[in-house]
Amino acid sequence: MLAFIQPVPRIPLGERVEDVVSFVTENFEWFFSFLESVLTSLVDALSTVLTALPPLAVLGAFYGLAWLVSNWRIALLTAAGLLLLQGLRLWEDAMLTLALVIAATAVALVVGIPLGIVAAKSRGVETVLRPVLDFMQTMPAFVYLVPAIVLLGLGAAPALVAVVIFAMPPAVRLTMLGLQQVSKETVEAASAFGATGWQTLRKVELPLAMPTIMAGVNQVIMLSLSMVVIAALIGAGGLGEEVYQGLSQLDVGKSFKGGLGIVIIAILLDRITRNIRGGGAQKAGSGIKTA
Amino acid sequence: MTDNALEPLIRVEKLSKVFGRQGRRALELRRSGRSKAEVEKQTGSTIGVFEASFEVCRGEIFVIIGLSGSGKSTLLRLINRLIEPTEGEVYVEGEPISRMPAGRVREIRRKKMGMVFQHFGLLPNRSVLENITFGLEIQGVCAQERLRRGEEALEMVGLEGQGAKRIGELSGGMKQRVGLARALATGQEILLMDEPFSALDPLIRRDMQNLFLDIQGEIRRTVVFVTHDLDEALRLGHRVAIMRDGEIVQVGNPEEILTSPADEYVERFIEDVDYAKVRSAEAVMVDPKEVAYEAEGPRVVLRRMKRAGMSSIFVVDAERRPVGLCEAEEVARLLESGERSLSGAIDRSVPSVRPDTPLREVLPLFVERKLPVAVVGERGRLEGIVVRGALIAGLVASMNAPASGSNEVEHKALS
Repeated sequence: MLAFIQPVPRIPLGERVEDVVSFVTENFEWFFSFLESVLTSLVDALSTVLTALPPLAVLGAFYGLAWLVSNWRIALLTAAGLLLLQGLRLWEDAMLTLALVIAATAVALVVGIPLGIVAAKSRGVETVLRPVLDFMQTMPAFVYLVPAIVLLGLGAAPALVAVVIFAMPPAVRLTMLGLQQVSKETVEAASAFGATGWQTLRKVELPLAMPTIMAGVNQVIMLSLSMVVIAALIGAGGLGEEVYQGLSQLDVGKSFKGGLGIVIIAILLDRITRNIRGGGAQKAGSGIKTA
Repeated sequence: MTDNALEPLIRVEKLSKVFGRQGRRALELRRSGRSKAEVEKQTGSTIGVFEASFEVCRGEIFVIIGLSGSGKSTLLRLINRLIEPTEGEVYVEGEPISRMPAGRVREIRRKKMGMVFQHFGLLPNRSVLENITFGLEIQGVCAQERLRRGEEALEMVGLEGQGAKRIGELSGGMKQRVGLARALATGQEILLMDEPFSALDPLIRRDMQNLFLDIQGEIRRTVVFVTHDLDEALRLGHRVAIMRDGEIVQVGNPEEILTSPADEYVERFIEDVDYAKVRSAEAVMVDPKEVAYEAEGPRVVLRRMKRAGMSSIFVVDAERRPVGLCEAEEVARLLESGERSLSGAIDRSVPSVRPDTPLREVLPLFVERKLPVAVVGERGRLEGIVVRGALIAGLVASMNAPASGSNEVEHKALS
């Protein structure tokens, strides 16, 4: 009877993946320990800087950044949020989380945006990339956490890898989308006047795709933050740790506090990256300004 | 050094473009007699342009006209290789471009060919001046030089002082002026224009056509102009090529197209042409059989009019510039009253037009009057006269088959 219900032979995928991971662990250990130290130092460097500096200095720095990049209202909001974090005595944890998010975002953008550019230009790359991106975004994080831990130990390194995997796809997708949406005629115009591929990319496509790419950056940051609790689970520390400790201790107040801290940082970073004026564009441009 | 005036600047030889995979096969099928639709069904590929051949001479405005889907925009883009040809060749100043390395094509685009687009193709994040100098920027021209040439181009299109404006602040007509300025700033000999005025309101379109003609009068470029508007084509073009389904159906100057359409398709195409807009005073004017000079007296003039059988005569000064019109009765009256000078009989309020004034503007002058209208040329001289009868006859003749009248003068002649 059972034979009718299961006519398809069993595919031993689990065992094969096991085998692959063991093989990789044994033979490429040097690579992974190297990778581990690089990633950990990246996050550590950032967190050291952020925690070592007096809070007021960090606050001032962020206020300045927000003011430069957006406008004074956002800057004020940033200052208020950071002060609140101090008030909740969450400063150190917040800085750790911030370090992780910044590091993850940096990696995701450095890898993701160029990938997006290549995919926008090549049908072939796009076709291969799409299912990979879907995979990265929908596969439950715990699934690639296990090999990450196996290969990189516990701590900031596997956390970073997990966050990057989850948060990178928007960078790729929105870069691709942004570039594909640039008016074909404008790109044609650049070619018609003899621009090389690079010139067209730099002077026409990227500037025009920038709003969409920035939306991608914003999403990368938000997705990174959403992974913060899982990151804490495997030893990255930060606000996520507050949350999950509160969970394991059944301390509602604690986890709420941690959660609020995450929300504050989320709102801050969201408002800053969403309101980036092409403010640079008003002042920069190609350097020709009628005197 | 060969005589460049005779060598065509652009020569297109059996140029074909097929979209899709089976390019060669599609062309062979077409050559063997299959229709475009049949080829498409059999090969899954669309023939965009089929064996187009023509030449464009230096200083000429060559118009390519056709309906949507006729392949005109594709043909234009084949000239600067924005679209790669499937077969055939394009020679620019004698150089074949279809097999050139990419670097050389870019050179040619930078140095020899500028382009103006239907939807402007401007960079919205930059100012007017920055857009105009874009072509120069690509070439690596230094900022100071860019500024200078940019300002020059700004002036040429009538946008002085507006260099700092953002593209978003401009109307359609102004945007296209920027597009035009951009193509002029780089100083290339050849201008490729892809329906540049089609996206503009009819009133603005007219202004832009005039602007274009003015500029062309000053800096005579070689222009390949694509449009779907026949009136525009006939107004602007020295020669016109009519396209249908990817093929050139007829090439000729506006007169030839209107008077000897090559086939039924072209005939239907020109059916709706408003002749009064397209034809000008020159086409219907006649030589005044006789004129009277200001200094002459009534007796001499009256005798002349009698001999020639004229009831009215134009009076001109020593430079042959029209002064007015005299009617026979008035001259006779002067003679009877013993007057020695003609001036009493001269009606100085005679309307005059230019040779290129469209008939549409000449017609209203004849509503109230029966007397002829003067056609005055460049230096104010009397070139001819328009007589009511000839005007009507000219209009009617245009609407029917081959026009008679060999006094059609090509007013946009290449000098």
